[in-house]
Amino acid sequence: MAECHPVGFRWVMEAKDRGAKIIHVDPRFTRTSAMADLHVPIRAGSDIAFLGGLVSYVLTQEKFFREYVTHYTNAAVLVREDFKDTEELDGLFSGFQEDKAKYKVDSWQYEGVEGVVPAGGHKELLAEQGAGKSDGAPPLNNEVRDETLQHPRCILQVLKRHFARYTPAMVSEICGISEEMFLQVAHALTENSGRERTSAFCYAVGWTQHSVGVQYVRTAAILQLLLGNIGRPGGGIMALRGHASIQGSTDIPTLFDLLPGYLPMPHGAVAHGLTEYIQGNKAASGGWSEFPKYIVSLLKAWYGPAATKENDYLFDHLPKVTGNHSHMMTVVDMADKKVPGYFIMGENPVVGSMNGALQRAALREAKWVVVRDLVLTESAEFWRKAPEIQGGRVRSEDIQTEVFFFPAAAHTEKEGSFTNTQRLLQWHHKAVAPRGDCRSELHFMFHLGRRLKALYRDSTLARDLPIQALTWDYPTAGPTQDPDAQAVLREINGYTVATGALVDGFKQLKDDGTTACGCWIYSGCYQEGVNQTARRKPGAEQTWVAPDWGWAWPANRRLLYSRASADPEGRPWSERKKYIWWDAQARKWTGYDVPDFIDTLDPAYRPPKSARGIECISGIDPFIMQADGKGWLFAPSGMLDGPLPTHYEPVESVIQNLLYGQQCNPVRVEWRRRDNPYHRAWDDPRFPYILATYRLTEHHTAGGMSRWLSWLSELQPELFCEVSPALAAERNLRHGGWATVSTARGRVECRVLVTERVPGFKFRGRTFHQIGLPYHWGSTGRVTGDSTNDLLSLAADPNVNIQESKVLTANILPGRMGHVRQAALGDEVPPAPNGEVFRDLPSARSRPATPAQIQKEEE
Amino acid sequence: MQSRKGFFTDSTTCIGCKACEVACKEWNQLPDDGFLFTGMSYDNTAELGASTWRHVAFVEKPAVFGKTEQALSQFSWLMVSDVCKHCQRAGCLEACPTGAIMRTEFDTVYVQPDICNGCGYCVSACPFGVIDRREDDGRAWKCTLCYDRLADGMTPACAKACPTSSIQYGDVEELQIRAEERLAQLHARGASSAYLYGKDAANQPGTGGLNAFFLLTDPPETYNLPPDPVVPTVVGNRSWRSFGFAVMGLAAVAVVSVLSSRAGAKNQ
Repeated sequence: MAECHPVGFRWVMEAKDRGAKIIHVDPRFTRTSAMADLHVPIRAGSDIAFLGGLVSYVLTQEKFFREYVTHYTNAAVLVREDFKDTEELDGLFSGFQEDKAKYKVDSWQYEGVEGVVPAGGHKELLAEQGAGKSDGAPPLNNEVRDETLQHPRCILQVLKRHFARYTPAMVSEICGISEEMFLQVAHALTENSGRERTSAFCYAVGWTQHSVGVQYVRTAAILQLLLGNIGRPGGGIMALRGHASIQGSTDIPTLFDLLPGYLPMPHGAVAHGLTEYIQGNKAASGGWSEFPKYIVSLLKAWYGPAATKENDYLFDHLPKVTGNHSHMMTVVDMADKKVPGYFIMGENPVVGSMNGALQRAALREAKWVVVRDLVLTESAEFWRKAPEIQGGRVRSEDIQTEVFFFPAAAHTEKEGSFTNTQRLLQWHHKAVAPRGDCRSELHFMFHLGRRLKALYRDSTLARDLPIQALTWDYPTAGPTQDPDAQAVLREINGYTVATGALVDGFKQLKDDGTTACGCWIYSGCYQEGVNQTARRKPGAEQTWVAPDWGWAWPANRRLLYSRASADPEGRPWSERKKYIWWDAQARKWTGYDVPDFIDTLDPAYRPPKSARGIECISGIDPFIMQADGKGWLFAPSGMLDGPLPTHYEPVESVIQNLLYGQQCNPVRVEWRRRDNPYHRAWDDPRFPYILATYRLTEHHTAGGMSRWLSWLSELQPELFCEVSPALAAERNLRHGGWATVSTARGRVECRVLVTERVPGFKFRGRTFHQIGLPYHWGSTGRVTGDSTNDLLSLAADPNVNIQESKVLTANILPGRMGHVRQAALGDEVPPAPNGEVFRDLPSARSRPATPAQIQKEEE
Repeated sequence: MQSRKGFFTDSTTCIGCKACEVACKEWNQLPDDGFLFTGMSYDNTAELGASTWRHVAFVEKPAVFGKTEQALSQFSWLMVSDVCKHCQRAGCLEACPTGAIMRTEFDTVYVQPDICNGCGYCVSACPFGVIDRREDDGRAWKCTLCYDRLADGMTPACAKACPTSSIQYGDVEELQIRAEERLAQLHARGASSAYLYGKDAANQPGTGGLNAFFLLTDPPETYNLPPDPVVPTVVGNRSWRSFGFAVMGLAAVAVVSVLSSRAGAKNQ
């Protein structure tokens, strides 16, 4: 965190100063470790074993917060009798379909509930049936519970059995740390959790960028729920994002499968109209039962008066997904000449994304590419400055791609908002006008839209109707006709159609077309005609929760699930951890923050069997967006790779999975192609070392914002690898000299930094060395160098298509190799002498199954 | 005369982000030092110089070999942001023959670039190796303690940019109190090796105390700081006296040798 989020780390330092204990879990000793009370150097890719060990410790030592767990999580609920755990099936859960390499989730359900228990959002994409749909099926109110938590099929017991073998000894072996060190962490964490104290987890892409990345975070969620650290001050799980407003870019998404506010993108093969779309996505109970209000208001914002009840608010005009259109899939399709055009805006995939050589090969196959950036990045210059061109393997004149470069305005040259990981929207003002032809993204998109509308104005083709119907009328100002960003924010806030009056929040949205709202979770950010996100009341002039600084979604609630900060009767768990509580006299929730709960719901309220929708939330259901209102220790749906996290080895590992016969995540996404070769699953003698990639404080991601600036470039001028003295001795690497790191995908040249900070992993008498490589360099800029991501393969988690980029295997040799070797150019390395080994079930697909395919197969 | 201004740099809260280095270069519009991979841990600007007025040192203290995590638990990575100390007895100022180096109304030491003639006497007079001449124009440069910002009541760029309050700026008397409190706090927490470096004349007689002083946890040499810096002019009188004795001694030797050679010649 000190490495990649130094400004955020100031709060960790402040907490430390007040007596907080800082534990840093990282394969390397970083600037964060230097500040921590304890550094735990686990092997890269072994986090689920580590966290699972903590879960097991908490359960076996009875350290969980019993009252919290019983009432606020699904611990007491019984799972269906036909559920089989990974313990019984050697690393697979019940429902695995070998031929399709995917799970059927029926057996993961709650006993007594018909159909699938829905997770918040994404329901249609998962093709759930029954309880998740508002098609008349009864909501979730028949689940069988055992309040004593003793029934063998109650979730707490299921959890206990699932993690039973994650003992300190097993953790020690898999993660490469001592049992004492593991227990030190376990003691610190459990002693600092409970009524009086809370512990927080912070993570970044070291957790997410794995083929089991989503399950890493799930394990932490289970642990924090068991310890009662969710929804309470000083608790929680903080996602530290890759750069500014990544949270904002998921809220109002740049993701292929979401509409603003986490509404699923309609699917071409599933949704046939608004009614079906709503049925497929509206939950029968909980917060998502309000779904129709949000989608109808969104359609009213986008299509204006043309959207009426009779024409389904022009739902048919929304684009539909037809499969997996994630970044990696799109690039592979482009390499196969299926994607003719590509917009690259504020991103540099040639350096920042996996298998950089394949990224460039794909760009060479596109008809046109638009790059909008501050500088001429490698992605803009792939046709003349790429290593394969400088190395004489590809000739610029053979590339037919037409490249358009648009200079972009920096954040100081435009107004707009950043949304940080706390869901806090903060407005930034324009300090200076952008120079020359530099323009903001807002300017570019708005005027592109205007030109498209002009182009299709007179068309009579049905396919052009969506462009014609789109409302696209933001006021502009100045010689460059810049659209008014605050007008966009007002549309996002939402308004009453008839009067244009801004709404106060999402509770005022309607499903009858009388309100319009660009993003329901942001509704209220402009309430009372004031840009709430621009508020900057100093911390010293308000309470410690600081509600008057910026604006947090939803409804300016600073802490989510805060109902859990009080006991079932609505009293704070302790005076020290007081946050919100039930005021019995006023009959409402009150406290330091806007309660993340139904503010007048009595803690004693229990829904009658006849309850529907939001009324199904009881007075002790803090997780209001869940259909059952509970925190999920066990996820009956929503996860494609299992209801519980399970330790699987990375796609490329140095050791065999010690816990199960199943080596890797059985439903991970792989691209088995000649231009994306994988290593042997473990013990590949060609690539005997662990490779971990990461960022440095001194540079920003792919370097577009740092390698062009001399003051930052001089701080870290060249690509370097970090190796231990033992590895340097083994491979004859000279400190300060050159080395070549290689994988089956390609190789990079780098300088050598020999350091104790990158320890080897000791396993059964053998040491597996680790190579550390930052990934910031490329072929353009003030300082240049080889791109680490040329070494990586495309491989991904199935839930969100996040790439596995934090751990793989590689080789290292002293010196420079000179010429280019790239799998994307058809260069091959000889196969492993010891042959391929069992990695997963034989049916693992070369392309991921899309939700549409799942749906079709099931029908 | 304004109140005495300076820095208190607390190495125990430095996270090595180098924001101070960059903020300093940006505000003062200093050139880069070239793009050299030094291999000195994460430090590639190497030292303070004519165009690096804040410099973050990275010191990897070797591990005791043994089990990985045990070795690493004893391993430490020290970071501290070094800067011109603005000494009470500034060697550079006292050595400057042109009056280019002056003491400002903030009691800081400032090089006036329009007067400096590039003689370089100040370079050898600084016991810390801070001040240096720039090769292209020959003049001597160093930290101004952001004199132009101070004049407008602003905080120096490095202290403003520091995210963890490792660099604190203010009145030296107040910083000294703050530093003593921090030191006591660290000692109370068991960090017995923490100490103040150059806080005042009693602490560091050779410089008369530093306006920019430090809290360190390891011996000064670990951070590439002199353990007992002495400004050359402090020992000036002693030097001249020694020089005088030396001259007299040499003269006596000359006289004796001349006399004795004459005596020898007579004898022949």
